[in-house]
Parts: sequence; structure tokens; C-alpha cells
Amino acid sequence: MSFIKKPSVHHPKLPKNKLGLTRRDYEGALSTLCAGYGHDSVSSAIIEACFNLSIPAHKLAKLSGIGCSSKTPTYFLNKSHGFNSVHGRMPSVATGANLANRDLYYLGVSGDGDTASIGLGQFCHVIRRRLNMLYIVDNNGTYGLTKGQFSATNDKNSKSKKGEDNPFESIDLAALAIQLGAGFVARSFSGDKDQLIPLMTAALSYKGFAFIDIVSPCVTFNNHTQSTKSYEYFRDHNEALGYLDFIPEKEEITIEYEEGTSKEVQIHDGSKMILHKLDKSHNPYSRTNSLKVLNETQEDGKIVTGVIYLDKNEADLHDVINSNKKPLNTLKENDLCPGSKGLEYVNDNFR
Amino acid sequence: MTKVNDFVVKFANVNGSGSASANLMFAKSIFRMGIPVTPKNIFPSNIQGLPTWFEVRISKDGYAARREGIDCFITLNPQTYQTDMKEILSGGYLIYDNTMPRNFSRKDINYIGIPMASICADHYDDPRQRQLFKNIVCLGALAVLVKIDLKIIENLIKEDFEKKPKLIPPNIKALHLGRDYALENLDRNLNISLKKIRTTKKKILIQGNEAAGLGCVYGGATVAGWYPITPSTSLVEAFQKYVNIFRVNDSGEVSAGIVQAEDEMASVGMAIGANWNGARAFTATSGPGISLMSEFLGLAYFAEIPLVLFNIQRGGPSTGMPTRTQQSDILSCAYASHGDTKHVLLFPSDPKECFEMAAQSFDLAEILQTPIIVMSDLDIGMNDWVTDPLHWDDDNKFQRGKVLKKKDLDDLVNWGRYLDVDGDGIPYRTLPGAHETKGSYFTRGTSHDAFAGYTEDGRINADNMMRITKKFKKSLKFLPKSIRKKAKKDTSVGLIYFGSTSVAVDEANDILEDQGYAVDLLRIRSFPFGRGISTFIDDHEHVIVMEQNRDAQMRSLLINELNKNGSNIYSILNFDGSPVTADFIVKSFLDLLKKNQFNIKSLKKKNQQRE
Repeated sequence: MSFIKKPSVHHPKLPKNKLGLTRRDYEGALSTLCAGYGHDSVSSAIIEACFNLSIPAHKLAKLSGIGCSSKTPTYFLNKSHGFNSVHGRMPSVATGANLANRDLYYLGVSGDGDTASIGLGQFCHVIRRRLNMLYIVDNNGTYGLTKGQFSATNDKNSKSKKGEDNPFESIDLAALAIQLGAGFVARSFSGDKDQLIPLMTAALSYKGFAFIDIVSPCVTFNNHTQSTKSYEYFRDHNEALGYLDFIPEKEEITIEYEEGTSKEVQIHDGSKMILHKLDKSHNPYSRTNSLKVLNETQEDGKIVTGVIYLDKNEADLHDVINSNKKPLNTLKENDLCPGSKGLEYVNDNFR
Repeated sequence: MTKVNDFVVKFANVNGSGSASANLMFAKSIFRMGIPVTPKNIFPSNIQGLPTWFEVRISKDGYAARREGIDCFITLNPQTYQTDMKEILSGGYLIYDNTMPRNFSRKDINYIGIPMASICADHYDDPRQRQLFKNIVCLGALAVLVKIDLKIIENLIKEDFEKKPKLIPPNIKALHLGRDYALENLDRNLNISLKKIRTTKKKILIQGNEAAGLGCVYGGATVAGWYPITPSTSLVEAFQKYVNIFRVNDSGEVSAGIVQAEDEMASVGMAIGANWNGARAFTATSGPGISLMSEFLGLAYFAEIPLVLFNIQRGGPSTGMPTRTQQSDILSCAYASHGDTKHVLLFPSDPKECFEMAAQSFDLAEILQTPIIVMSDLDIGMNDWVTDPLHWDDDNKFQRGKVLKKKDLDDLVNWGRYLDVDGDGIPYRTLPGAHETKGSYFTRGTSHDAFAGYTEDGRINADNMMRITKKFKKSLKFLPKSIRKKAKKDTSVGLIYFGSTSVAVDEANDILEDQGYAVDLLRIRSFPFGRGISTFIDDHEHVIVMEQNRDAQMRSLLINELNKNGSNIYSILNFDGSPVTADFIVKSFLDLLKKNQFNIKSLKKKNQQRE
């Protein structure tokens, strides 16, 4: 934890993106989380993904609930509006925000405490509604801010720091997301930048509900030897389904891929996702198959990572309700108020 | 003596038997005869099988409150007719289906049997039709008995079934079957009768929720998150209906986002998220929803996010009486959420005001950057009221409050989200996406400084809380003022009321005036309370607050907020779930006098002296 104000001087030779911005332009305040916390790596990945996509920071809204993870939006994209809402209710606030302005990017950052307990209902329903957003869970299996209680994603065989048993089944948020209709579902690890950044870049570009479950160890309360959400455990049990390359719109694919191991998926904005499969049997376009993979790897004590499920038919809530293509928050009196003439019609109907 | 255009008809039916549309046609046909009419739908929290009533007061003088004592009771529910009978005035009528024999105990009322079931059995084959058309047969006979112009009902049938024209002939046939039976078999010299007048010619007959939903369209609402709950649901349904009528462009795109949420917490969350992002957004609920939304209300209050929330109040506490009316959420709404919170409340008294206040609430929410709770109730929301036509001034412009645009931000150096620049406690806000480099901030429910930064400095937090208090004091100039009605004579008694009881209070006041009592009236239309309310209390030796809850919540709020000594502030409380009657208010008033809590002599003497 640090109270030092971040210096704002930039090195003149920092690389710039299409908007002429450097990575520093996407940063936020200094993190006040515990040193070494996985969440800070996630924040860095977000900065990297937004930089890569040349997203104007003010065109992205970052939303969160309550908890360590929900604090992190302060630590990236300080030119973006942020909304730290109430516990577990970020999805509804994001839904309203998105309904008001369909033209922004929406990034929701939550944790396992925020999403898998009080927020489980809202998590389920925001998925069903296909809200166009990227929903990230920094998943550490514990309530860090209240000092180490089990969360609902803590594996049954994973003990607390004090050695207590966890008697209850864990909730697999990725499996839930697939079941409920999320379009893009991935799992990754806060310590694996190479995997995480392309996933995040692709997920931000995806139109519809994109979910990334990020195992992000809590260094203070759940990084011990008997935890299944520790750095060490993850590295020993990671089963990567594959890797993803993201090729932004109009960029050429310059690398050649081995026949039969990769799939190219073009998304709505012209960008491409290249899925490199390590496990050739994995078919990420089938919900049934994706759920099977999650179940099987879990039974084997493995943590599956990469793109688990991808729905190539992108669609979002605005498509479903057929709302005006112009953001609703830009409409004026003339567009919205039927005036006295409209009332003549209404009054006549009640005579 | 025949009562012309001044009596009460009540229907007792079984829920789900198709009685509602026939009963409404009865009321509406009287309205179309130019006669003021007040229908009250007294329905169970049930879809089929439980008792339901429909009470129609007809008053040539335009009294729109309920009146007890039924002149004509159509008892079509075998479960309830023995108790229903007790409500009939001596000399009144009980109309029943005499297909099956019935026993009646009262000797002082008239019994009119109409074989509705057997008429339907003779003329319709389909069992469902036999059931449904009993109501229309009854309506046809009733129209003859009380002299409704049958053509009006025929037109109503045609309008109702405009989209299912096949149903028009069998309905009209049923209506005529009833008419013919009455003409051939019944004594038509009743002591109640209708006669065309022109009193309601320019009026409309509309429900409060319908008007409020329309008001949201006029107020420019584009986002609604909602969760079904009686009696608020029809408000959002009306919004959806008028959005479909007025807000669909040539490509079929809709200029609104209406989402049925998973619960009340999500519905208010959506409305808050949308308002935060610059759309006008609302949600509607009832008591249980208010409890659930409280946490979010605190956030919107503290983070200063505009929000419009309709509370269509019903009977509480807990699940309470979901289909009955009360005004029992006054305190829970005024102070909803933990910590020091306070919310702006509006109190519409009829559907017309529901329309106006709904539209106005969006301006208020954005001007004040805080939740506005519109406190309607089931009685206004779900019953049809005769009101003046809805009116809209085309010069009205949305007042969007202090929102900084890109060009404003270009020139700004030291913007702080919660800085009190103008000294009115209302800060400037920015919307996501407004400017590349300026105006972004972090909205939070944690303690924050004037620049929206997190702070644990208690003094800074206290300053911020005091600024919000200042904002509330300054809010008064924007809020609808209370309405004062002076008695014809000077008096030491003042009566305060609000919302749906207004019609009963007006009528009670006329009765009291006839009896020689002078009472000054004051109708509250918003909270925080303006100075006019405080002065009104000070001006009167005795103040009575009329409200529909057990605990005299408005009285408590007045005493607390205006720092009054409550010893001379009395209550008339009606909380049985039925809209209050003028008789109840008069009786309660006289009881208060009798108990000698008032300085009755001075009041009477004053009146006598002046008479």
C-alpha cells in the first residue's frame, strides 16, 4: 500500500497507439492493494488491452461492486468515468448505463465475493440479457477485505490460511456463464500476461456478453500451500486449452499457423480472433462440449484456461429490444415528447 | 323519493369470472351520460376464485370519494351475499341470479331476481360463454332498471372488441337478453335513476398509473428497469404502451429501453446506471420494493445521481394487503436507506397530477441530482378517476440541470464533481464520454471529497454532508407548493392532507361547513416541507392531519422536520385498506371535538357569532 502520488511525467519515447497515446495515458492512481496481489496484474492487462485497441479512454466506462477487485478501477484508465456501486449490483448499474448509451465500452470488474454470493442473481441475469460488456472476475476464493473468509468459489478441498476445511461446494462462474448464454467465456490467470492480454483484447471487442474468470491469488489470505487459488497451485494445475491471438481490424495476419490447430473467427467490427488449440478435441463453439471440458478438468483437479466458449453469432440487448441506433441519452425533447398534439389523441381515448 | 344521479351501486363477483369488463362498462356508460362517477375495484390478491367487488359511486355534484351504504347491490358471488346484504341501505335493492333459490333475511330491502344463468344456458352452448355473458345479461337488465342509454353500452362493446369483432354480436345479444328480461318481467320503478347531464362532457376517465406512465413519456424517460409488483405494474405497462405509440421510428427502432429486471434491486440499479449515464430513467414499485431498493437509494442520494421512483403504495407492513390501498410508506421513503439520508417526495392526488408530477419529476431529479419518489397509491393508480383532460404546454423544455458539455469542460481548469460552485449546494456533473481528457471521475458510495476522491477525513465528509443538506434547503423553490384553502369563516382549526384522500377531505369539508364548522385546509404536495406548511400549523390552534396509516407518519414527519410541538396536532387515521370516505372524516372530526381535545367552545362560538 502506498501513499505516494504517481508522477505524471512521461518518457518521450514511449510507444504510441493509433490515437497517439502511450500506455501511461491509460493508467490510473497508484494501487492501494497488498503488494503482489494478482488484481494489479489484471489492471495492467486492462491497460495493455485498451492501449492495443486504441480505445479512447473516455469512451469506456468502468463499473464495479464492492471488495478488493471492485476497488481496482481506480488503478487504471483515469480518463474513464468509473462507478463503484453497491455489493453485487454492478450488473444492473452496467445494464442501465449501457441502455442509456450503446456507443461506449463497458468494463465490469468484480470479484468472487461480489459476484458469486450476493451478486449471483444479477450476474445470471446480465448474462441472459446479453449485455454488451466485458465482465471480469478477479477470482481468489476469499474475502480479502474482511480478512480471509471463504468465498463461494473456493474449492471444497481448499483450506483457509488457518487450516480450516471448506465444507461447501464451489460455484464455477465460467460454467454458469456458458449455461446462461454468455457469448465469450474464458478463464485465465493473473500471472499469465501472454494469455490474459489477448483474451481481454478480444473480449473487449466482442459484441455481447463476454466473461473472463481470472484466477488472481490473494497474497495475504489465500496463497498458502493448502489453497487451490495460490500462485503455486495454479502453475502446477493449469491446463491451457489453447492460446488466442487477436488481430485488430484491417491488420494483416503475418504469422502462419500449423494446419488443423488454429481457427480464425471474424467478429462484427472486422477484427479477427485466432484460436490456437493445444487440445485438438476442444470445440469452443459448442456449449455442451465446453461444459464437458469444464467438468472433466475439474474432476481431474485441473484448472482449464483459454477461450472455453465462443458464440460466433454476436448480438446484444439492444438488438433484442430493437432500440434506437442513436444512444438514448442523446435524444432531445423533439424525439421524446409527443407534445400537446399527442395528448389530444390520449384524452380522446379516455372519454 | 327517487335519487337521481346520486347513489352507489356495488357488484360482488368471483375473481376471474369476467365481471371486470362488464362492471367497467357500467361505470363508463354513466360517465358518458355526463354524470360524475367513481368506480373502485376492490380485488383480491388472486387470479381466480376469490371474492371481488366493484363499487360505483354516482354523484351529480362530483363527489369522487367512496361513500358507504349501498343503494343497489348486485350480489353474484354466493360466497359473500349474506355479508354483502348488510351493506345495503334500508329501502335499497339486492339484485341476484335467481336461477338457484336463495334465502334472504332482511325485510327492509327489495329483492330483484334475474335468471342470468338460465338465460345464458338457453342461448349459449359454450360453457365459458355461458359464464362470461351472465355479466352482460346482468348489465342489460341493470341498464333498464337505472335507465342507462343502451346505445352507449353498445358502443362501448364495439370499442372494447374492435380488434376481435367476432365477439361483438354475442355480447350485444347478451345485453339485449338482459334488457328484454327486465322489460318483460321486472318492476322498473326503482328509487334510483340516471339522467343525462353534461357535467363530465369535457372530462376524462383515467387511472393514475396510466397517466403516470404517459407522464414518463412526456418527461423524456428513455430507460425503465422494473419488476412486477401490485399495484405498480400497470404504470410501466402504460409507459411501454405509449412508447410503442409515440416512440417507434420508421425503421421500427424504439426510443426507449425497457427491461423487466430480476428483482427490485436490479430495477433501481438499472435506473441509477442509466441516469448516471445521462438518460432519464425510472422504476416503479410498491412498499416491499422500497425496502429492497433502500440500499441503492442511499447510493443515489450520496453519490448524487438523479433517479425517479414511483411508489404506488399498498397496505403494509411486510407483504401486507397487496391489493388494498394505504399511505403507509411516508417515513420509509422520506428517510430510505441507512445513514443520514433524506429524499424528495411528491404527492399526487389524482391521475392528472400523476401525469404532471411524473413529467416534472425528471426535471427535479436532474436539477437536484437526487432521487425523486412519487408517492401515489393503489387507489389513484389502479382505479378510474374523472379528471380534467391532461394538458401539456408545448413551451415546456426539459431542464437537464447542471451537466457540463465538452465545450464547457474545454475551458475548465479546476472542476470537482462535488464542488459547490454556485453556493446552492448543487454541484456540476459530467457524463461518460463527454471529453477526451477532462471531467472523468469515480462515482462511489464511500466518503468522498469535493473532487470525488475517496477520503477518510471525517471533516471533509461532514462538509460534503452539509452541502447536501444545503441542496435540500434550496430544493424548495423547485418543488410543487402546498395548496391552502381558506374556510369561509375565520377558524382555529386546520386540516392537513395529501394524495388520494383529497377528494374525501373536500367532501367532508362541505359537510362540515353545512353543519357550521369552519376548517382551513392545506394539501401537501411535496417533501421537504415548504414554509407555507409551517406557517399553516402556526396559524391554527388545532391542526388535524388526515392520513391512511396507523402510525400517523405524516404527522411525525411534520413535527420532526418543522420542529413543531405535537400537542396540538391531531390525527384522523384510516388504514383498513379501503379509500377513506367523507363520512369517516366527518365522524372522526366530530369525535375529536367531543373528546374535548379541541377548544370546541371557541370554535362553535366563533361560528355562532359570525352566523
